[in-house]
Amino acid sequence: MTLGSVDLHPWFLENAWLIPLIPAVSFVAILAFGKRLGAKAAWIGIGSVGAVWLLALGNVFQWIQRVNGFRATESEHGAPEGHLEAVSAFGRSVMRPFSEASHHEVAFVEPITRSMSWWSNGGMSLDVGIRIDGLAVMMLFVVTTISLLVHYYSTEYMKDDRRFTHYYAALSLFTASMLVLVVADNTVQLLVGWELVGLCSFLLIGHWWEDKPNSSAALKAFLTTRTGDIGLLCGVAMTYFVVERATGTGSFNIGAVNEAAMSLGHEGLAKSLLFWCAAGLLLGIIGKSGQFPLHTWLPDAMAGPTPVSALIHAATMVVAGVYLGARMFPVFFQGFDIAGGGVNLMAAVGGITVIIGAGLAFVQRDIKKVLAYSTISQLGYMVMALGVGAWSAAIFHLFTHAFFKANLFLGAGSVSHSGAHHSFDMVDDMGGLRKYMPKTFATFMIGTAALSGFPLLAGFFSKDEILATAGHNGFEFFMYLGFIGGGMTAAYMTRCVWLTFFGEYRGRKHAAHGHDEHSHDDNGHTEPHESTFPILMPLYVLSFMSVFAGILFAPMLKDTIGSSIFSKFPEWVEPGGDGSLFVSFIHPEFSWKDPLLATLFAAVGFGLSYLFFWKKAFMQDATQKNKALRQGKTFLENKYYLDHLYTDIIVGSVKGPIARGAYWVNQNIIDAVLRLTGGGVRKVGQFTYDVLDQKAVDGVPNGLAAITGAAGGSTRNVQTGRLQEYALLILSGTVVLGGMVAALVWAS
Amino acid sequence: MNFNAWALTLVVFIPLVGLGFVLLVPKEDEKSIKGVTLLATIASFGVSLYVLVHWVGNKFYETDKLTAFVSEHGGKHPFEVNKPWIDVINSNFHIDADGLGLPLMVLSTFITLLCVVYSWNHFPEPHNPKAFLALVLLLEVGMNGTFVAQDLILFFIFFEIVLLPMYFMIGVWGGPNREYASIKFFLFTLFGSAFMLLGFLALYFKGGRTFDIAELMASPEIAEMARSTQLLIFGGLALGFAIKVPMFPFHTWLPDAHTEAPTVGSVLLAAILLKLGTYGFVKIALPILPEAADTYAPWIGGLAVIGIIYGALGCLAQTDLKRLIAFSSVAHMGFVMLGIASGTTFGINAAVFGMVAHGLITGMLFFIAGSVQHTFHTRELSRLGGLLTQAPKMGWILGFCAMASLGLPGLAGFWGEFPAILSAFNPAESIDKTELFRGYMVIAAVGTVLAAGYLLWMLQKVVFGTPKDEWADTEIHDVSKAEWIAWLPILGLIVVLGVYPNFLFKLTDSPVTQLFGG
Amino acid sequence: MYLNQFLLLSAFLFCAGFYGVLTRKHSVLVLMSIELMLAAVNLNFVAFGAFRADVVGQVFALFVLTIAAAEVGVGLAIVLLIYRNLKSSNPDDLDTLKG
Repeated sequence: MTLGSVDLHPWFLENAWLIPLIPAVSFVAILAFGKRLGAKAAWIGIGSVGAVWLLALGNVFQWIQRVNGFRATESEHGAPEGHLEAVSAFGRSVMRPFSEASHHEVAFVEPITRSMSWWSNGGMSLDVGIRIDGLAVMMLFVVTTISLLVHYYSTEYMKDDRRFTHYYAALSLFTASMLVLVVADNTVQLLVGWELVGLCSFLLIGHWWEDKPNSSAALKAFLTTRTGDIGLLCGVAMTYFVVERATGTGSFNIGAVNEAAMSLGHEGLAKSLLFWCAAGLLLGIIGKSGQFPLHTWLPDAMAGPTPVSALIHAATMVVAGVYLGARMFPVFFQGFDIAGGGVNLMAAVGGITVIIGAGLAFVQRDIKKVLAYSTISQLGYMVMALGVGAWSAAIFHLFTHAFFKANLFLGAGSVSHSGAHHSFDMVDDMGGLRKYMPKTFATFMIGTAALSGFPLLAGFFSKDEILATAGHNGFEFFMYLGFIGGGMTAAYMTRCVWLTFFGEYRGRKHAAHGHDEHSHDDNGHTEPHESTFPILMPLYVLSFMSVFAGILFAPMLKDTIGSSIFSKFPEWVEPGGDGSLFVSFIHPEFSWKDPLLATLFAAVGFGLSYLFFWKKAFMQDATQKNKALRQGKTFLENKYYLDHLYTDIIVGSVKGPIARGAYWVNQNIIDAVLRLTGGGVRKVGQFTYDVLDQKAVDGVPNGLAAITGAAGGSTRNVQTGRLQEYALLILSGTVVLGGMVAALVWAS
Repeated sequence: MNFNAWALTLVVFIPLVGLGFVLLVPKEDEKSIKGVTLLATIASFGVSLYVLVHWVGNKFYETDKLTAFVSEHGGKHPFEVNKPWIDVINSNFHIDADGLGLPLMVLSTFITLLCVVYSWNHFPEPHNPKAFLALVLLLEVGMNGTFVAQDLILFFIFFEIVLLPMYFMIGVWGGPNREYASIKFFLFTLFGSAFMLLGFLALYFKGGRTFDIAELMASPEIAEMARSTQLLIFGGLALGFAIKVPMFPFHTWLPDAHTEAPTVGSVLLAAILLKLGTYGFVKIALPILPEAADTYAPWIGGLAVIGIIYGALGCLAQTDLKRLIAFSSVAHMGFVMLGIASGTTFGINAAVFGMVAHGLITGMLFFIAGSVQHTFHTRELSRLGGLLTQAPKMGWILGFCAMASLGLPGLAGFWGEFPAILSAFNPAESIDKTELFRGYMVIAAVGTVLAAGYLLWMLQKVVFGTPKDEWADTEIHDVSKAEWIAWLPILGLIVVLGVYPNFLFKLTDSPVTQLFGG
Repeated sequence: MYLNQFLLLSAFLFCAGFYGVLTRKHSVLVLMSIELMLAAVNLNFVAFGAFRADVVGQVFALFVLTIAAAEVGVGLAIVLLIYRNLKSSNPDDLDTLKG
């Protein structure tokens, strides 16, 4: 069956359910045979993820075919006219469409959905299934690619770890759960994946659970994201009723939820329902994607092995929140009235996160923590992008960020593994490493450049698109916030690179007692050296992607060169349509102002940082001299005191006084009421027994008994126990009775 | 002879026969005693499994299949037995299997069997397997009977039979504070039962002189009864059941009973006995007095969410592993009660699911707590640590159960919690307190975080870290063979029900829809 | 033949038996005296049965005979056990039931 030239049953897309299944099987296999296989167990994981990666590639190609097919069909029919005022298209407050010619409605590319019944009861039913569209395919590609690279990287990095097989089992489980989340066709299934990746994150952060800080970090991560899940749980529950309101029967199906959200519009009650849905889901995003104010778990999560940080806490799991936001965008779009411009909750959360994340990255000594705060900041960009309606730009940034941030994390792992005796402390154990590990240095520099928005690299285009769209959609404030964030990014990354790779090597004095944060002993490495191939290979691949991934969505290049390759990403990923099933988007016309401004901010950030660290040009001891600056630094070093608020005040009080108070109430009030009641009843009982029962009521039977006893005592002597005396008594009795009878007979 | 007609009777009374044989065997012959008990529990489980398989095989969970069977057999249900019993008060020996009681009955025979296996070499002091197993068997009679009884008097008798063995189990084989705990347990429950019995009697006299549950549901007298009378009767029933659940603020017997009870006692208490209360709500109180239930629903829901938060806070304050798990029961049963209070078919399905899930998960947690105590002779959280190093298998199982208990999707606990939260968003229309219930929804969702909090905190203390020095010289045994046999089926079921909850929803949906789908 | 003769004989036998029961110092003799009393009763039954031409009297006599046989069996066994336990068969020593 074909529609135009579209094959409606492409094998890879139809069978995408295999993708989560294979790593799940691998998880079981590693658990079952891992111990026996030892180091070879890794290859079960690598093999399965490799297979999944091939499937994902198949999905990518077939999806592109499908999009081309649909769009080709549509151009045969000609662009429909008269839809310029499509209700939910960006255009209400606007302005300049991408170009008049291209501003026609593009065909809605039907996602591939397959499902089977999971459960049903009480009139509700839930399917388990797949929903493959451009967004999902993009995520499949990202997740499987990074996962594959991390699997391979870990063979070297985690070699001789005491729980090598557990590590790989958890990686497999994580990959499976993440893919469940990605392909999910309904919110509950998504929730299942969402919680399972949280579990894997917990397991992997706490991988070295012997040390309390590690298990505490794992706990913190799980609990903080769970706090966000309060919102997610409620949000998912409410979206069900959104569909019910729109169509009469509720549904968890993502497509149905989106369609219902688009159709409900702005009538009073529905709008408030949608707002609460969006707020709930946003809370979930805040927890999972490390947004302010629940971002504090992410830096602590760096206690886990570095490849895990790259995979889970940079490239995939933490973007699950962004993915959710993109997946159910119509709910946010309507709930927060994003088309209206101005300020909304989602953009505000993202915007704040951009700045506070970047601010914290300045004061870290630990290279992974710099990257963690950078991740928070970049995730802030994505959430902000969703909040300002830059949907395509948000997920494009997700796409490019996955590559360059994984690159940076794995680079940091390489530095620590081979250059710094398993320490991550930039100040004490690094410095001057570019001489010792030039390859790692090169890839790290590429990653840094991409992250900082160096022109023509991946991060440059994706960040730029976010800011351009923000401006275009009427969110100028957030656009400037983004520019400032870009400058800060360039500055803290410059500091990070300087501390790590430039200057003098400072690690030697620690060589003797290396920080051995890791599982295996420092194999007598005294000199820092370059890492081996399994570590370097992923770095090369990721560097390549960091450089070139950006060209898929580069209005600047499209404007100057004009090839269609430069706008392929939104074409493949955006669902299109007339705005009844999903929001339809209009892209801003390219203007040179945005990239120039962005580059300028980044250059200023880099320049200041360069002057400060390399040239020692100014204010070297400013924090000593200036009280305000010193306080600012302390404020930053204490992470805005948020951790104090959460750990000491909130958790501390819930776990301490509140829980103890509740328990005290339990023991001393509720139980005391009981004990008092019990005691009172016992006292009443005692009184009843002693006075009423024993003296009054019992008096009567006691008296009777006494009389009976006395009577018995006096007559007992009759009972001699002698047989013959009894016989005599019987005789006399008989005689007496006989006499009486005789007398009676006589008398009558 | 028709086996089906005897099946339920067999399930209920095989343990009683087993009990008779156990009493005949001399006390010293422990092997025979264990053998007989095992045989009796296996037989009872086997028959209950047969009932389940027969039920599922004939698709009796589909309403039309069941109706067809009933009309074909002259109004008789597949496993129904209805014989005159006490004619004077028109009470019959009426037992029947339905989608509500059936899963719980199977759970009861299943857990009892595993308890017998577990206690094979694990008899608590003062040993005496004969008396202990005799009590277990008697307990099983009561539990199985409650889940099949269709007559209030019969229900009451089975409900009360359960009390005595548990009293002795706690009082004889319990911990240091056992007398207090056992008496508290006994009196509390008995107190509730008295009101429950009053309620039953009121139903009998006001509802057409019958104790039959189905007849009472259809009774026109009850439908026309004065509202205040309905409320009074419901209050009596609810008090009896709420104490058994236990709902806040009637829960204080639970932590004491659990803490002092021997492992098997705790397991049975958590897995089955608590369900008698919730089952009573679903089977008796709500269907017979629907209007009163609607009036009480906001209160029940309120107490339920208080219980959720309160139980969690209680957990956080504990230093004793077993007491912590006991308090977690208060929280979990809160979710079950929230589902029931919502009055929707969806919520009540979730509640029944929650009962089974809680039975499996918390039962399992108590098993582990028992083994931890058996190994370390302490349950003090501060003295434990590094279980993963000393006994890795037990540590992973504890971790697994904690995850199941905190409602991780993909494991059974989730399907009791999430649907309960969902149902609270839109309670039954007749309740007319939607806004209030939405507040409950949020509070219950906060409860899930607290649950994660105390369970992970417990994990961190017990499972992670390094072992304390005091155990350096102690030889620590990991999971033993008997423990594996007893635990693997539970662990398997937790996963199976978590991955495919429809196994259970399918069974409960049709009776729940019939009872509450009005 | 007159009924009186039988009744008189029976009364005599009964009194003799009863006297034995009251006075004998050996349990076996007490038992024998009881047998005598039963014989007196039997005589009465038979005599009245014949006098009134009613077979019930004979039937009852037979009945009593059977009972008497059983009674003697049990009685002798008890006496034997008493003797074994108390080394005495004097009824005067058997006063453990004294009130």
